[in-house]
Amino acid sequence: MSKIEKKEFTPARFIIAIVLIVIVVGWTVPTLGVFVTSFRDSRDIYGSGWWSVLPHKALVMAETFELPKNTDPNAPISIKGKTASFEEWRQGILMEDESTIRWIGNKRSRTIEIYKEKWVGFGANLTLQNYRDVLSGGTVEFTDAQGNVISRQGNNFSDAVLNSIAVAIPATIIPILIAAFAAYAFAWMEFPGRRPLFIMVVALLVVPLQIALIPILRDFTHWGLNGTFVGMWLAHTSFGLPLAVYLLYNYISTIPRDIFESAYLDGATPFVSFVRLVLPLSIPALASFAIFQFLWVWNDYLVALVFLGDKNRVVTSALAAMVGEKGQDWHLLTSGAFLSMILPLAVFFGLQRFFVRGLMAGSVKG
Amino acid sequence: MSQSIEPDWRPLPLAAFVVLTGAVLVGGFILLQNMQGMKILMTLFAVIWGLGSVALLFYVLNAVAQSMPRKIRSMSVAFVFAGPAVLLLFWALVLPTLRSLRLSFMGPNGKEFVFLDNYKFAFSDPIMLESFRNNLLWMIFGTSACVILGLIIAVLADKSNREKLVKSLIFMPMAISFVGAGVIWKFMYAYKGEGPNIVEIGLLNALVTAFGGKAQAWLLIPFWNNFLLIIIMVWLQTGYAMVIISSAIKSIPNELNEAARVDGANSIRIFFSITIPSIMPTLITVTTTILIFSLKLFDIVRVMTGGNFGTNVIANEFYLRQFTYGNSGQASAIAVVLLVVIVPVLAYNLRQFRERKVLK
Repeated sequence: MSKIEKKEFTPARFIIAIVLIVIVVGWTVPTLGVFVTSFRDSRDIYGSGWWSVLPHKALVMAETFELPKNTDPNAPISIKGKTASFEEWRQGILMEDESTIRWIGNKRSRTIEIYKEKWVGFGANLTLQNYRDVLSGGTVEFTDAQGNVISRQGNNFSDAVLNSIAVAIPATIIPILIAAFAAYAFAWMEFPGRRPLFIMVVALLVVPLQIALIPILRDFTHWGLNGTFVGMWLAHTSFGLPLAVYLLYNYISTIPRDIFESAYLDGATPFVSFVRLVLPLSIPALASFAIFQFLWVWNDYLVALVFLGDKNRVVTSALAAMVGEKGQDWHLLTSGAFLSMILPLAVFFGLQRFFVRGLMAGSVKG
Repeated sequence: MSQSIEPDWRPLPLAAFVVLTGAVLVGGFILLQNMQGMKILMTLFAVIWGLGSVALLFYVLNAVAQSMPRKIRSMSVAFVFAGPAVLLLFWALVLPTLRSLRLSFMGPNGKEFVFLDNYKFAFSDPIMLESFRNNLLWMIFGTSACVILGLIIAVLADKSNREKLVKSLIFMPMAISFVGAGVIWKFMYAYKGEGPNIVEIGLLNALVTAFGGKAQAWLLIPFWNNFLLIIIMVWLQTGYAMVIISSAIKSIPNELNEAARVDGANSIRIFFSITIPSIMPTLITVTTTILIFSLKLFDIVRVMTGGNFGTNVIANEFYLRQFTYGNSGQASAIAVVLLVVIVPVLAYNLRQFRERKVLK
């Protein structure tokens, strides 16, 4: 497709645009829903869908009053010239002036609310309280749709975010360092076993993690590494190594030989030419793998679940635990989910170019 | 140049340096274990110490290798460079494969030999059969939906003015964890029960009721709930398929399309006779990757249903066997089955590798 052709307007182009818009909207709406909900007041979340922050016509409570104490809820009740049973009032009855009248609560409450249809929108109560609650480790309180105050033990998401950082940054950079050294050795050094060892790396690219989890867990239990950051670094480094060595080898082996030779003639040892030449020259490949590995480690749940358990919970396991413990507390779940996504989304949108390149270079990972 | 970062070591200072490095490694670890109270400080320390010790380790090992007699020096340096990676891979992947294989013939705690009992379980237990069926659903429907949707979006976006925007938005879920995606979609499928004045806050139920249908607890509907979970994977992985396919489409030489157009072929004809055959190798790679992915799928099922209501998959049953039932024999047998299924792909990778003569 040439550039000029792209600007032409044809019916076919119009249809394509419509189809794409439908797909893109469908793709983004689920995330948008969580994003919007995370900023809504907890009471609103349980009383209406998140889309109600958009302008729409809705029944809005206009008036509330109590019936006289002597009203018998078991007999037909007359309100504003209409007579109906308690159950019917509770369902809500449409009056002649287009308002709806509802009995709120149980029979003893005798509370009546009058609703009128009105245009509403953008008047939502936006708040940061959900984020404050989910980050806190103490007791948090919120109000549900009926106005009851419910208290919950906080999930201490702020600790989880810090744990995730402590796991993810070293687990991204350590494998890069180890793999870059190895890739350099495989590409430019002679040593016995070079070829079979590299074939092993390629074979390990697709080996499923599950095969390694139980034996490694046994070792960690032996060495007291369960629930520690060091254990996580070791596990993620090892699992990321095949792809890292493979990607970096493909890159480092294309560096022209002359560069190393002239460095050698200048008296540089391999270590020096690695630090001074190979690392700076491979920055694009290092960046691609770094983003790949960072997203992988940050978003990983299985490895964290197995080796960390409930100690030092990372964001994914904290979020999963929240789904289990409080599956209906949407104000906490949505803000927690969004907190877990901020960093990877920022990395992703900021460095998309490198990420795509890494994805192309080695698409199969165990 | 070499003097500045690599001094010539004499034996005694070198030995002292090695000891010091060891002390930094061990001391840092002990310190880290005792910093639970100060979370931010601990995070900072963990990052600096973790990265610092690996760099230090390489530096020291290299210094030791350089101090070797000239005859074996270059080989020792090569071992220092490649060694850590090779050792880690041996310990974390090669050895465990053999150990899992051994465990799979052993009883629940890995002590007594039970021969094929665990495999009998893996291929005949009702829960395993259900898992196999579900994994098959994931592999067939999930994979084909990802690839076909990815292909359609790639082709359409290629003809659009807003290609970059469209692709970024479809690709975005790749940055979201499965657990996060689980929350997002659980909210889509949310069900509040029945009763007067109950407002559905899940989008799916809201849409269904708006069109006159009845709200449902979607994730509890046997068999079909599998597809609701598969949708989540499709949502996450289509972006991957799209990006790879899109770059393959762009590498088709323009002359090929022009020539076909001159010969009178329309867009649809071009798509089937030129685009598809040219990107076939890419389609195969993408399909294999997503197939493997859906075979090992764990997080989505774990978070959404925990494998209940007829949605169990192999990887979740692996987890349950090890951590809920404490039966490492059965869990290992499941892991071995997973590996065996992937062996053809592994063999294909190796053949490709040999044909391309990557290693000079």
